[in-house]
Amino acid sequence: MKLEANLITGRTAYQGSYLEYKTSPRYFEECAYCELNPEDLSQLGVSEGECLKVSNEHGEVIVRAKMNSGNPRGLAFIPMGPWANAIVDPDTRGCGMPGFKGVPSQIEKSDKEPLDLKSLMRTYCQ
Amino acid sequence: MKVITDVVCPFCGSLCDDLTVKVEDNVITDIQRACILGHNKIAGVCLHERIESPMIRKDGELVEVTYEEAIEKAADILANSKRTLSYGWASTSCEAVSKAIQLAEETGSLIDSTANVCHGPTVLAVHEKGSPAASLGQVKNRADLVVFWGCNPVHAHPRHMSRYSTYARGFFTKKGRKARNIAVVDVRETDTSKLADKYVQVDPGCDYMLLNAIRSVINENEDVIPAQVAGIPKEEIIELATMLKEARFSCIFYGMGTTQSRSKYKNGDAVSSLLYDLNQYSKSVMIPMRGHYNVTGFGQVANWETGYPNAIDFNRRLAYYNPGETGASDVLLRGEVDSAIIAAADPGAHFAQEAVRCLAKVPMIQIDPYHNATTELADVVIPAAVVGVETEGTAYRMDSIPLRMKKLIDTTFKSDEEIVTDLIEKVREIKGGA
Repeated sequence: MKLEANLITGRTAYQGSYLEYKTSPRYFEECAYCELNPEDLSQLGVSEGECLKVSNEHGEVIVRAKMNSGNPRGLAFIPMGPWANAIVDPDTRGCGMPGFKGVPSQIEKSDKEPLDLKSLMRTYCQ
Repeated sequence: MKVITDVVCPFCGSLCDDLTVKVEDNVITDIQRACILGHNKIAGVCLHERIESPMIRKDGELVEVTYEEAIEKAADILANSKRTLSYGWASTSCEAVSKAIQLAEETGSLIDSTANVCHGPTVLAVHEKGSPAASLGQVKNRADLVVFWGCNPVHAHPRHMSRYSTYARGFFTKKGRKARNIAVVDVRETDTSKLADKYVQVDPGCDYMLLNAIRSVINENEDVIPAQVAGIPKEEIIELATMLKEARFSCIFYGMGTTQSRSKYKNGDAVSSLLYDLNQYSKSVMIPMRGHYNVTGFGQVANWETGYPNAIDFNRRLAYYNPGETGASDVLLRGEVDSAIIAAADPGAHFAQEAVRCLAKVPMIQIDPYHNATTELADVVIPAAVVGVETEGTAYRMDSIPLRMKKLIDTTFKSDEEIVTDLIEKVREIKGGA
């Protein structure tokens, strides 16, 4: 079961409060998740805290599932940071700004665990 | 014990200047009135792990070296590169920005601020249509309608609403929240939208359409609007437009919901056009919700020193600016960059994966107080003092008001300004000897 979703990324106060402490496990907890509408989550058969694979043409990332009834159906939110940016649209379309919001993505349940900050950054050095 | 009042918070563009900080034996023991973001940043200076020593990557590992060795290695990289990207400079003082621009000019680098992934499109929108702005003081004292469009101040600028907008009591707004209406436009319910009198849930990426539909109503052409635009029924669009038209003084605060979604700079352009129409009937202004506390300051300093606000390329030995071409992400994606100097920002965490991959390939110098995602990719790391806590400096608030940040505690770390000054001197030495 895959969910077709529109991915947006952005600030949360909790992600922001660990900006200057990114080596902390709390930063990981506050960034490596994806918020979905409760109905989308139940359609995927996923409970809060279980893992999701979010993928699109730009890459894929494993994050934890979180419920947010404020999200309309089909809208996925990942806090700004290395996990979200693994799958945002790098193309600036000639205006300098990459596509951090509105990235068509597929979401499915995953048995894998999210990578921590160091492991994630190491994937860029290969 | 030392009690320091009127401390300016070095976190977001709200630049709250009313904090009280207590210091005992050079340790911060109490912070009053700061939000969660500001509190964690200021308290973290004494609590969180710092980069204690300059480091150079040897055989894949960062190894501690002396400050002089790090400066020498960094200057060597800069002096021997053809296309250096100098990026960040938003969480630091204007004085450091000024030095960074000088370094970029001397090394023929391309210098860009975090506006590249934030309000860069807003800058373009201002070029296109202008920006009828006001100070936050004007908003506090006069605004009877505040619109938050594509922004979530409860999370990103937590004290904005109590100090300047939603709840602030001013000369003509003595009743605070009761004196004004709050409207929120967003793609999903947020903690900010829950506090609004009017919440409009726009379809993702359709802000431009909604802005223009509102303009049609303002200009008395509502007959051209279909039954629904951007997922919003016509009646709601008319309601929002009427709120704007009937307000005595309205302010549209706009955030990443406009700059990062489809249409990008055209959204800011449309806000500006909307204000042009609105100001035929009432008074209306727009203010971008700037993120880093001094990203506005980077734009100010760059403007007065080079004539351009960001994405400035000195490769031709004169300042050249074309953000879609000279923006940090663009130049990285084209694979042109052969070295990078990153300060007071974390592109490792906040650039798209393709750009990070390009950054990982080139020799990179990092100047920062803390270990972050960029450190994982850096080849030379120079620890810095935290501006606004360990060193003073000037910063510009989101409404372009300059404020002087204080030094609260002593430190042995050098400031960004001192580090860049040393780098300039070393680069000159190497180039002079060549």
